[in-house]
Amino acid sequence: MTTGQLMPLMIAIPIVMACLILAAGSYLPRVVTDILATATAAGVAGMAAALLIHSGHSRVVTWLGGWRPARGVSVGIPLVADPLNAGLALLVAGLVSCALLYSWKYMESVSGRFFALMLLFLAGMEGFTLSGDVFDMFVFFELMGAAAYALTGMKIEDKTAVQGGLIFGVVNSLGAYISLFGVGILYSRFGQLGLPQLGAMLRQHRPDALVIVAFVLIITGFLVKAAMVPFHFWLADAHAVAPAPVCVLFSGVMVELGLYGAARVYWVAFGGTIPHADVTRAFIVFGALTAAVGAVMCFLQRHLKRLLAYSTISHVGLFMMGFAVLDDDGTAGAALYVVGHAGVKSALFLLTGILLNRYGNVDEHRLYGRARGDRLTACLYFAAALGLAGLPPFGLALGKSVTEDAVAVAGYGWAPVLFIAVSAVTGGAVLRAGLRVFGGLGPRPALESTAGAGEESTGGEEKPETGGLPRTPVTMLLAIGILLAGSLAAGLLPDAGQAFAHAAQRFTDAAGYISQALSHAGAAPPRPDPAVAWTGEGIGLDFLSVALALGVAFLGLYARRLPAALRRSAAPARPVIAVLRQVHSGHIGDYVAWLFTGIASLTALLGLPLL
Amino acid sequence: MSRSARLVVFLIGAGCVAAMFAVAFFKMPAFGGSMHLYRDLAVPASVSHYTANVVASVNFDQRAIDTLGEETILVASVIGAAVLLRPAEEEAEMRPKAVGRTLEATKLAGYLLLPVTLLIGLDVVLHGQVTPGGGFQGGVILATGLHLLYVTGSYRALDRLRPLELFDTGEAVGAAAFAGVGIAGIVVAGNFLANIVPGGTFGQLLSAGTVPILNGAVGLEVGCGIVVLVAHFLQQDIIISAQAEQAKPGGSSEPQAGERVGTAERS
Amino acid sequence: MSVYPYFVAAWLMLVGGYGIVRSRNLVHAVVSLSVAQAGTYVLLLAVGYQRGALAPVFGSTTKPNKHVVDPVVQAMTLTDIVVSATVTALLLALAVQVNKRQGTPDPDELQALKG
Repeated sequence: MTTGQLMPLMIAIPIVMACLILAAGSYLPRVVTDILATATAAGVAGMAAALLIHSGHSRVVTWLGGWRPARGVSVGIPLVADPLNAGLALLVAGLVSCALLYSWKYMESVSGRFFALMLLFLAGMEGFTLSGDVFDMFVFFELMGAAAYALTGMKIEDKTAVQGGLIFGVVNSLGAYISLFGVGILYSRFGQLGLPQLGAMLRQHRPDALVIVAFVLIITGFLVKAAMVPFHFWLADAHAVAPAPVCVLFSGVMVELGLYGAARVYWVAFGGTIPHADVTRAFIVFGALTAAVGAVMCFLQRHLKRLLAYSTISHVGLFMMGFAVLDDDGTAGAALYVVGHAGVKSALFLLTGILLNRYGNVDEHRLYGRARGDRLTACLYFAAALGLAGLPPFGLALGKSVTEDAVAVAGYGWAPVLFIAVSAVTGGAVLRAGLRVFGGLGPRPALESTAGAGEESTGGEEKPETGGLPRTPVTMLLAIGILLAGSLAAGLLPDAGQAFAHAAQRFTDAAGYISQALSHAGAAPPRPDPAVAWTGEGIGLDFLSVALALGVAFLGLYARRLPAALRRSAAPARPVIAVLRQVHSGHIGDYVAWLFTGIASLTALLGLPLL
Repeated sequence: MSRSARLVVFLIGAGCVAAMFAVAFFKMPAFGGSMHLYRDLAVPASVSHYTANVVASVNFDQRAIDTLGEETILVASVIGAAVLLRPAEEEAEMRPKAVGRTLEATKLAGYLLLPVTLLIGLDVVLHGQVTPGGGFQGGVILATGLHLLYVTGSYRALDRLRPLELFDTGEAVGAAAFAGVGIAGIVVAGNFLANIVPGGTFGQLLSAGTVPILNGAVGLEVGCGIVVLVAHFLQQDIIISAQAEQAKPGGSSEPQAGERVGTAERS
Repeated sequence: MSVYPYFVAAWLMLVGGYGIVRSRNLVHAVVSLSVAQAGTYVLLLAVGYQRGALAPVFGSTTKPNKHVVDPVVQAMTLTDIVVSATVTALLLALAVQVNKRQGTPDPDELQALKG
């Protein structure tokens, strides 16, 4: 067996195991199901690690069913692994393993089916990551969707859960169908679906209206998944209600997969025809807007999971800016940022899950001072929260400094300011919540909503997900520990930065991807790897964002004690905040209306300059 | 947003999208034209594997992983529906009362149609490689056929003849078999989902290699999956809602549920 | 009218979106989503059509030849239909539960997720 055969196995084995658990679920003791599911995910992680090592030398390509291409066209579907998507596949499997380990006491009423769905979700994400065919990507996109919608709505006793699941399902599926519409338009002219074939054909092509419309429609589905403003509304609703281990997968990697899909499709298929400068401008605008809106909304939340969800939105905006500069540095930084973020954000979601299961809700105000005695949980929480704010040596801090530098070098000098502001505000919000919940700091917050009745989700009615936890199980703490250690490793391992640089260099080498997929030629790297490492300036900016985050946290805690004049100076912001809150209405019709407006603005940004 | 504000936002967006569509459509090859690159490749590829139905060849041979993904979506949706439509903590399942009646003519038609429908379903599954049809279409016909029991008899008759556990297992076995055939391809030919069974005679029942096997797996999975899916919706409507109706008189969120029990239930 | 079928597809996609935006019932919203998806079926099949060509199924009367409509879009449409049917079932299950938990299927009256 060659390494190429590992890729389909990473998709097929979780499916087979999910079916086994489904068929035998009611006969197996719970603990066997737990172990079987976790071991499957860990096995896939092992395969992904092997794939990552092999793809470091040369891309791994396999044409399924042996339908190899001839003269640049094929009837088959390729799976292609370069270090970046092999690493993403490893991240997917690793997070699923941690989430399953954490879930050993979870969801007792539906245990077998919960694990089966998690494994199908894993299969969908691996398929999407590895596929080199645009229609196949749509199929796996919908597979991860179907599993994710069901996982979101799983707590049927919770009225918000089913609503969040439905919103998530409708908006994401509509996005997927719009993508498929774009695939149809593209197919009408080129008659191929594989990314390498399309890339080879489009390379000799002028970017006319058909190409641009097809591109916009195809990436719309991916940007919906990536929660770019104004496609982002579903995310907060879905994250707020999904069980904590599911949130880990949503925030840690599913949203980022949307970004990966957009970047992959652009680089391989459209990179040779739609000018880079054009795409950079459009994606920077979308990314910056997303980062800003997400950060403000994050700070306004008291529902802990919603708070983390908005922080994810705002970070995805920053990742998008990294990809948007379309060079090796930006891509390497964004990839590193994604990995570092996955570790700390996942740990935070799992810690919130522990709070929910021990204290019965996830409302920052109701939990005030409740978790004071819980030293270990508190330590883990503050480590993760400071990591989110950008504390070195977490991988997130390295990724952030590399990305902000790359964006600034690309001509957006204001980018570091945005990066630091976003890190400070989101990190500050998470720290503020932690100081209240674990430390009982600041004046006791009011329980009733300050935003007016019914205008805010408080998280006070969230239903626990386990049957009561007198103390935190070791498996849960172990999962959190692994996640934090992973994020630290991404920043501390001496060769990590260089590995990411190499992965980014391979990812942006579309010509190599195409020639290797179509002719199996071993492509030599056309340029040297960029240097990705800690710099003095980067570390300084990281510490600045941590210090600012602490400032923001204390400002949040003690805002009422500020002098009246200072508080009055914030008055002009109030109407803006009120409007922002109202826009996030939990209404499916609103979200779909915004979705169409988003497509229109993306087209305007991309297409109009080319006219 | 108010309804009118929402409409304005949508119309602005949708108007621009409509314009985009129009611009792209005029650049597309004209409808009905003869330029189809993938077709020109797929037809010989299908013939080379002795598959008379080119669509089946694309679905189960050339692009078989799409179908693996698609069937897995079915599994995920069926599990998801089962999870979402389970009785909630405060609800309990109960046997529905036997009320209502069925016309004799309906019963007769149903009982006559049942074997015919099941046979047609099997036929469509088995001939997927030579005629239009295949596992999905046949599976849906099979599942529909079984529900003739519900139309002609009663929910209880259907319930007795439809051990859900068995159908759950059938669905899982079908889906696992598809992936298993794929893995067998790696073992035998070194390629996932390779067509490893001898091709047979073009246009005959025994042809197209693994295509009929995969069709059979999909037929089993879809047939069982749809039965399970419909069963959960029926249970929700007939058994669980009936309970909620009695537990909270007047407080029910779905006033028609009780009436529907009356009309849907015949003994 | 060499582009007319494409406009039918676009119309279905947009009118499906309109249906969700104006929906007063979540079941209606889910079905509107299926209407939008029907646009993709029409587009794919229209793209693969060829005037005067036969169905891509050969037998004793039709020997294999390339004068057939595109089988690939038909296969894609079949996949698409299965996806639509199953995802619709899942979304309807969610809609049933929303109705049960919140006492109304009208998206205008759902209040649970705000801000």
